[in-house]
Amino acid sequence: MNVTETVFQTLGTAVVASPTILLATLGLAALIDRPFSETSVSRLTQAAVLFSLLPAIGILVLMLAVGTRYVPVEIGDWVAIEDVDLDFHFHLKFVFDRLSIPFLILSCVLCGVVGAFTRRYLHREQGYGRFFLYYAVFYCGMVISSLAGTIETLFVGWEMVGLSSALLVAYFHERENPVRNGQRVWSIYRLSDAAFLIAAITMHHMTGQGDFGGLMSSGVWPEGTAAVSSGQALLVGTLMLIAAAGKSALFPFSGWLPRAMEGPTPSSAIFYGALSVHLGVYLLLRMSPLLEASLTLQLMVITLGAVSAVCGALMSRVQSDIKVSLAYASLTQVGIIVMEIGLGFRYLALIHIIGHASLRTMQLLRAPTLLRDYNELENAIGARITQRQSGWTRMLPPSVHRWAYRFGFDRGFMDIALDKFVVRPFLALFLFFDSLERQVTDWLSKEASRESDDAALHPEESQRVA
Amino acid sequence: MPELRFPWIEVSILVPLFGAVWVHLLGNSERSLRHCVVICAATFALTVGELIDFVSLGAFEAHDHWLFLDWLFNRDIFVVDELSAYQLALVALIFLVTVLSTLRTKAPRFSLKLALISESLMLATFSCRESWTLILLLVASTIPPYLELRKRERCTRIYRIHMGAFVAMLVIGWAWMSMIDVHSSAVFVPGAFLTTACLLRAGIFPLHLWMTDLFEKGTFGTAILFTTPLVGAYAVMRLILPIAPSWAMQSIAVLSLFTAVYAGGMALVQREARRMFCYLLLSQSSLVLVGLELVTPIGLTGALCLWVSVGMSLTGFGITLRCIEARISRISLADFHGLYQQMPILSGFFLLTGLASIGFPATVGFVGMELLIEGAVDVYPFVGSMVVIAAALNGIAVLFAYFRIFTGRHNRTLIPMHARPAEKFAVLVLSVLILGGGLYPQPGVASRYHAAKELTRQRQNNPMTVDPEYAAAPEMTDENAAENQSDDSITRVDRPLDPPPVSLAKQPRH
Repeated sequence: MNVTETVFQTLGTAVVASPTILLATLGLAALIDRPFSETSVSRLTQAAVLFSLLPAIGILVLMLAVGTRYVPVEIGDWVAIEDVDLDFHFHLKFVFDRLSIPFLILSCVLCGVVGAFTRRYLHREQGYGRFFLYYAVFYCGMVISSLAGTIETLFVGWEMVGLSSALLVAYFHERENPVRNGQRVWSIYRLSDAAFLIAAITMHHMTGQGDFGGLMSSGVWPEGTAAVSSGQALLVGTLMLIAAAGKSALFPFSGWLPRAMEGPTPSSAIFYGALSVHLGVYLLLRMSPLLEASLTLQLMVITLGAVSAVCGALMSRVQSDIKVSLAYASLTQVGIIVMEIGLGFRYLALIHIIGHASLRTMQLLRAPTLLRDYNELENAIGARITQRQSGWTRMLPPSVHRWAYRFGFDRGFMDIALDKFVVRPFLALFLFFDSLERQVTDWLSKEASRESDDAALHPEESQRVA
Repeated sequence: MPELRFPWIEVSILVPLFGAVWVHLLGNSERSLRHCVVICAATFALTVGELIDFVSLGAFEAHDHWLFLDWLFNRDIFVVDELSAYQLALVALIFLVTVLSTLRTKAPRFSLKLALISESLMLATFSCRESWTLILLLVASTIPPYLELRKRERCTRIYRIHMGAFVAMLVIGWAWMSMIDVHSSAVFVPGAFLTTACLLRAGIFPLHLWMTDLFEKGTFGTAILFTTPLVGAYAVMRLILPIAPSWAMQSIAVLSLFTAVYAGGMALVQREARRMFCYLLLSQSSLVLVGLELVTPIGLTGALCLWVSVGMSLTGFGITLRCIEARISRISLADFHGLYQQMPILSGFFLLTGLASIGFPATVGFVGMELLIEGAVDVYPFVGSMVVIAAALNGIAVLFAYFRIFTGRHNRTLIPMHARPAEKFAVLVLSVLILGGGLYPQPGVASRYHAAKELTRQRQNNPMTVDPEYAAAPEMTDENAAENQSDDSITRVDRPLDPPPVSLAKQPRH
C-alpha cells in the first residue's frame, strides 16, 4: 500500500469511526444510566461531525489532486466463513466516489448545523440526551448508508436511519399523537425495509455478489452497467422502488410524512426536509445502472416520481400547518428528483438533492420564527395578509378546484386507503384467528380460558405494589 | 472421544438439583431467593467453564467420566458437542437472569424449587445424546410447569392434553423406530409421530395453544423458563434431523414458516403483553426451526446463531415485561401507560432486547438473521421473502409494545418503579452479551458454522436423509468424516455407509 492509499485508508476510516464512537459513547452512558451534561452532549456531537467532515473534505481534495474517482476503504470482514464448501463474507466496505462524497458532505454539514441549532432549541428539555442519542443513531446510519460499498452495509445504515426516525417522531412521548405517528412511520419503514432486504438477497442470489462494484459489472458510478438481465432488473428494481417509496414517502406511502412532523423541529428538518427523505432517492441513484437495464422499470420510476410530485404539489398548497406544508413541498421536489433519475439525469438529480436539502432544512428551521414574524406583521398592519390565487388556479373549473382542494386537504386519501385496504383487513383477519383460538381454548378448558381478558387497563394508577 | 478436564457436565446438572433440595429445606424464607441466585450463578459459571474447556479441546464433542454416572449408566449419556456447548451456557444464563430479576415479593408465587429442578432437567436434556434418556428427560421437563399450574389452582386441561400427546407420540414414535430398519420406508410413520411430538413441543401452528395457555395461567417466570431455551428445536435437532429426508424437513420448514408469519400477525393484535410476548417468541422460535429444517449449512448456521440470539434477547424482553408486571400486575396493551419516566433503564433495555430479537444491526441477532434469510433464499426464494415478512411483523410488534408500555401519556403513579440493583445487573449482563455478540460476531458464527457442517455431515451418513442427486456421488472429502461416524448415540441410524460428498453450494459473497 503506497502513501496515498494509506492516507485514503486512514481518512476514510476516520470518517466512519467518528459517528460510531459518538454513538458508542452516548449509548454506553445511557445504558449505565450516567448521562452527560447538555454541553458535553452537544460538544461531543459537534466534534464527531467535525471529525467526519474534515477527513471527508480531505479525501475529496486528495481525490481531485491525484485524479482518482473511486476510493474503496476496506475495513475488513465483519463476519466471514471461509471454507471449501462455503464462502460467506459480510464485508465492511465503504466507497468514496462522485455520488457518495457529495451526499456524505451534505449529511455532515446539515447534521452539524442542525445539531448546533438543537443545542439551544431543546435547551433544558427533559429528553435532551435522548434526542442526541437518537440523533447519533441517525448520523451514524447516514454516514454508513452514504458510503456503503455493499448492499448489506447500506442496509445496516438504512435500518439505523429508520429506527431513529421513528423514535424521534415519537420524541414528545408523553402525548399520544406523536407516539401513534412514530408507530406509523416505523410500520411503513419496516415494510420498505422488508422490500429492500428481499431485493438485496434476490440480487445477491442472481449475481452472487453484494458489492455495488460487482453488481454494476463495469465502471464506477454513474457509468456502471447492471450485471443482470432485463427481467431480473425489473424484479429487483420494483422491490427497490417499493423500498425507496417507503423511505422517501413517495406515492402511496406519503401519508406518514405530515405525521412525522410531530417530532421536534430540528429532527423534522434533518429527516424529512433534508436527509432521510432523500435516502430512498439516494438508493435509486446508487442503483441507477439497474434502472437502465429495464425500460419498464424506468417508466415505473418516472411515473412514480410524477404522481408523487403532483400529489405533493396539490397537498402542500392546502395544509394549515407550516411544517406539514413544507413536508409536502419536499415531497414535490423528491418526486421531481425521482423523475430525473428515471430519465437518466443522474448528476442533475444529485445537484437537485443537495440544493433542495439545504434550502428545505433552512426553511424548516426558520418555520417557527417565521410564524411569529407573520403574527407581528399582521398585528402591525392590523389585518390579515391576504393570499392571492395564482393565475392557472383561477382558470380551473370550480368542480376541479374543489376536488383538488379535497384531495390535497385529505392528503390524497392515501392514509385512508392504506387503512381501509391494508391495515383493517389484516387486523380483521388476525382478530378472527384470535377469536377462533379463544373458542378452541375455551372448549378445551371447559371454561373461559383467557385470564388476560381481566387485565386492568391502567393498573399503574392503583398506586399499589403488586 | 476427548474428555473434559473437569466433570463440568455432571456437576452443572447436579448443582441445581442439590440446590432445589437445599431451597426446599430452607422453606419459603427470604433467604431462599438469595441462595437460589447463588446456585444459578454457580451453575452458569460451571457451564461457562464447560464451554471454555470444550472450546480449548478443539473437538466436535467431548465427555467426562469422573463421577458415578460411569457405573450407573452408559458412559456416553452426557456428551457435550458443538451444538450443545453454547446452548448449555445459554440455558444457565436464562435461568440466572430470570431468578435474578425475581422480586422478593414474587418469590413465594414463583417456585424457586421447581425452577431449579427445571434447570437441572434442562441442562441434562441439552447434554444428553442417548435417545431414550433424552426422551425421558423431555418427558420429565414437562412436569414442573404442570405442578405449578396445579399449585396455582389453574385449569391444566390444555397443558395436559398437549403435553400428554407430546409424551405419547414421542415414546410411541421412538419405540416404533427402534423396532424397524431405519433405512427402510417404514420409518415414515414413526418419523411422523416423532415430528409431530417435536413440533408440538416447539409450538408450531396449530399445535401452539398450550403455549399461550401456559403464559396465561402459569407464572411469567416459569413460562419464560419453559419456552425460551427452545427445547423443541433441540428435540428436532437430536431426533428428527438425523433421520428425516430433505423434502420432509423442507415441508416442516414451510409449516414453521407459516407459524412465524401467523404468530407475527397475532402478536400485532394482542391486547395484553404476555400474550404478545408469547406470539413474538413463537414467531422467532419458528424462524429458528425454519433454518434448522432447511438443512443447508448456511441455513443451519443462521438458525444456530438465531437460536442463541432469540434465547438471550427474548429472555431479556420477557424479564423486562416480568419486572413491570411485578410492579403493576398484568399489562394491557389496549392503551398507553407512559412508564418511561419511572423506569428509563428498563425501557431502554426493553427496546434493545426487542430490536435484538428481530435482528437489528449491531445486535446479536443481525448476522444470524442474514444467514438464515440467505439460506432460505437458496432453498426457495419465496421462503426467504416470508422470513423477511415475519421479521418485519415482529419488528412492528416490538415497537408497538414499547410505545404502549413506556410512552403516550403522563404517568401519575407515585410508586417508585426504578430498577433494583439485581435487575440492573441482569439487564447489564444481557445487554453486554447482546451488543458484544452483535459487534463482534465472528467467533460465534465460526463456531456455529462448524457445528452446522458437522450436523449436515451426520445427515449425509444416512441414505434416508440424502437427496438422491447427491447419493450417487463417490465419497466425502473432509478429513474428519470418519471421526464423526463413530459413536453418535443420538441417532442409532448412523451406520458406516458409503458417504456422499459434502455437497454444499459455494456462495461467494463480497
